Amino acid sequence: MSASVLIAGVGVISAIGKNVAESLDALESGKAGMGQMHFIDSALSDKLPVAEVNLNNKQLSVLSGLSPQISRTTQLSMIAAKEALADAAIENFDELRTGFISANSVGGMDRTENFFSDFLRDPSKGRLRDVVHHECGSASELVADDLGIRNYVTTISTACSSSANAIFFGARLIKHNMLDLVIAGGTDALTKFTLNGFNTLMILDQEFCKPFDENRKGLNLGEGAGYVVLVSDRILSSLKKDPYCSLSGYYNANDAFHQTASSPGGTGSLMAMRGALAESGLSATDISYINLHGTGTHNNDISEGTAIKELFSSPYPKMSSTKSFTGHTLGASGGIEAVFSVLSIRHGIVYPNLRLTTPMKELPFIPETKFLKNQTINHVLSNSFGFGGNCSSLIFSKL
Amino acid sequence: MNKKVYIRSASSISPQNSFGTGKMSLNEIVEYSGDKLTCIEPDYSTLFDPKLLRRMSRIIKMGSATAIDCLRQSNITMPDAIITGTAYGCLEDTSIFLTKLIENKEEMLTPTAFIQSTHNTVGAQIALILKCHQYNNTFVHRGFSFESAVLDAMLLLNESGKTNVLAGAADEITTNSHTILSRFGLYKRSSANVKLLGSNSKGTMAGEGASFFLLTNETSTENIAQLTAMATFYKPTGPEEIEKNIAYFLQDLSIKTNSIDLVIFGRNGDNREDDIYDHLEKTIFKDRRKTSYKHLCGEYPTSTAFALWLATDIIKNKSVPAFLGNGVHADTTKQVLIYNHYQNSHHSLFLVSAC
Repeated sequence: MSASVLIAGVGVISAIGKNVAESLDALESGKAGMGQMHFIDSALSDKLPVAEVNLNNKQLSVLSGLSPQISRTTQLSMIAAKEALADAAIENFDELRTGFISANSVGGMDRTENFFSDFLRDPSKGRLRDVVHHECGSASELVADDLGIRNYVTTISTACSSSANAIFFGARLIKHNMLDLVIAGGTDALTKFTLNGFNTLMILDQEFCKPFDENRKGLNLGEGAGYVVLVSDRILSSLKKDPYCSLSGYYNANDAFHQTASSPGGTGSLMAMRGALAESGLSATDISYINLHGTGTHNNDISEGTAIKELFSSPYPKMSSTKSFTGHTLGASGGIEAVFSVLSIRHGIVYPNLRLTTPMKELPFIPETKFLKNQTINHVLSNSFGFGGNCSSLIFSKL
Repeated sequence: MNKKVYIRSASSISPQNSFGTGKMSLNEIVEYSGDKLTCIEPDYSTLFDPKLLRRMSRIIKMGSATAIDCLRQSNITMPDAIITGTAYGCLEDTSIFLTKLIENKEEMLTPTAFIQSTHNTVGAQIALILKCHQYNNTFVHRGFSFESAVLDAMLLLNESGKTNVLAGAADEITTNSHTILSRFGLYKRSSANVKLLGSNSKGTMAGEGASFFLLTNETSTENIAQLTAMATFYKPTGPEEIEKNIAYFLQDLSIKTNSIDLVIFGRNGDNREDDIYDHLEKTIFKDRRKTSYKHLCGEYPTSTAFALWLATDIIKNKSVPAFLGNGVHADTTKQVLIYNHYQNSHHSLFLVSAC
């Protein structure tokens, strides 16, 4: 297997911006993306803040080039994937073996919801065009087809760790010399389905979420997409610009504790972080910054925090949850946070963990609360843990 | 990939009597009329705790049962990875939650159906039952869901530290999904599975199933077969490109077409989709013995998992079930090639060989 997988391009869209530049501005100015729901007609709209991408379907379609009838999941995916590929500026794209490995948790559910209310009244009713792209894989194919990717297309769905696993799988396809370039990451749109599902679990904060705060009350749901362009070092000479960094480590473990809750000791999280370090050949002291999973639920943050306490020791690396900006974007979060991790290395920056006022009393460390510039960031650990016990960690390293 | 990948055990719940039967798994074809074939489910009470069983939907039961059965057959208690493919995911629970959400106007909802609606529920449930903390992944890519799971497994078995990987697929028919898919014109209005393949009309019959495999890189007399290779190709331009891809696949493995004892096609009786098989029968596989499998399991995006179970079973029992016809003979079947396409866009090849 070849030595390294490099990051040649990044693309992101979320409630804090429709591209990398806008996202970086928001991260630096501490501007969170949560607010009142505008684009979903939900009974919960006055009760729960969400982190929506601030564009309606028509506006999204202008950026994506897709019909406005197509699911937001696909619109968001197309916008971020196109930005990532353009950013990578690959000249000989058509000569390469390329893949698109995407991830999402609910596919075209936003359109299916429209279909289903008519369908329930009369099974012969409901517009089929609203349900034709329901499957998770459909969103990926619309994007892959538009980008001209033929060699390999697939989709992963492991709840909140989906897109971390997509990046992980893409890297392995490159290492096995099956592909030269993979656009990998994930997407998810806000839907009534997920909103109500999380609401029944009673893990949504009615105010803006406070990850890793002693008084945290839950998460805010968000939407968006994030992709990285992974390339093999075999094609390094054909890149027009320097790659951002390498993907040096990754690991996937299962908490095997409960379908939705994390184990108190963070068994799966600890295995994922420890495994990623082993894969990269690094030790815990090498990590400069941890982009936390940090959803803001009581359960996740104590579980993840306990695992970090076990693996790391003082002086702890800088850490923060950027979900305090973007909300929890579920199947997209690993992709969005991979992009933020890559940018942390490129620009030497650490993002603040917003609204953290009272540190958790069980933990010996406090996540960073200010935007830090001019940092030496050599290695970033990005955590994505999810329902079904699926825990994955990625490590990005400076070249 | 250098390491050989073997099939240690295989388990399938399908519309046929494929699960838990003795030596000869398929004695006779189970007949269906109408527009769908649904699974013959076993008594799960010997496999799962009754409290757990009550909560599990059909797809979770079928997927978990075949996974657990695979481990029992192979005497392996803890796999090094669990990889699942599902195109549609947990449709029954998705439909329950969505229906209640709409009918109750987003009020008075309970979490169980939502929790079990996520696509990784089957893989997660297997991990929970086994307390398996190892690699766990779920692929949800239409007609490549199972193929992606198998590729992931084959890659893992070629990386360090993994010896036994549980890989499989599960998809279910629900009342709502069947009504919706029927409206897309996928199925014949009324048919019979025994007449499906020669029907020469539009539409197929719907199917469902769950199949799991214990894949290993360890040589053992317990191995049933070798999974010699698997390949996919996405949206090829036409029959010529497909033929070229198959030829390249075999050439890459240094395998001559005439060493393939049996080709299993994914014919589904839909004359809009079967022309590719007609072309291959006349060209690259002209002199090969050929059969098909979808009259046994129906059409669904992860049907190739059933086809792989069938190929494994043929090699294991050194015998081709008589009703697969086409003059196939027993005990000479050492190399089986499965070729399937799903809706003309997802094409896959599996080469299974006797050890």
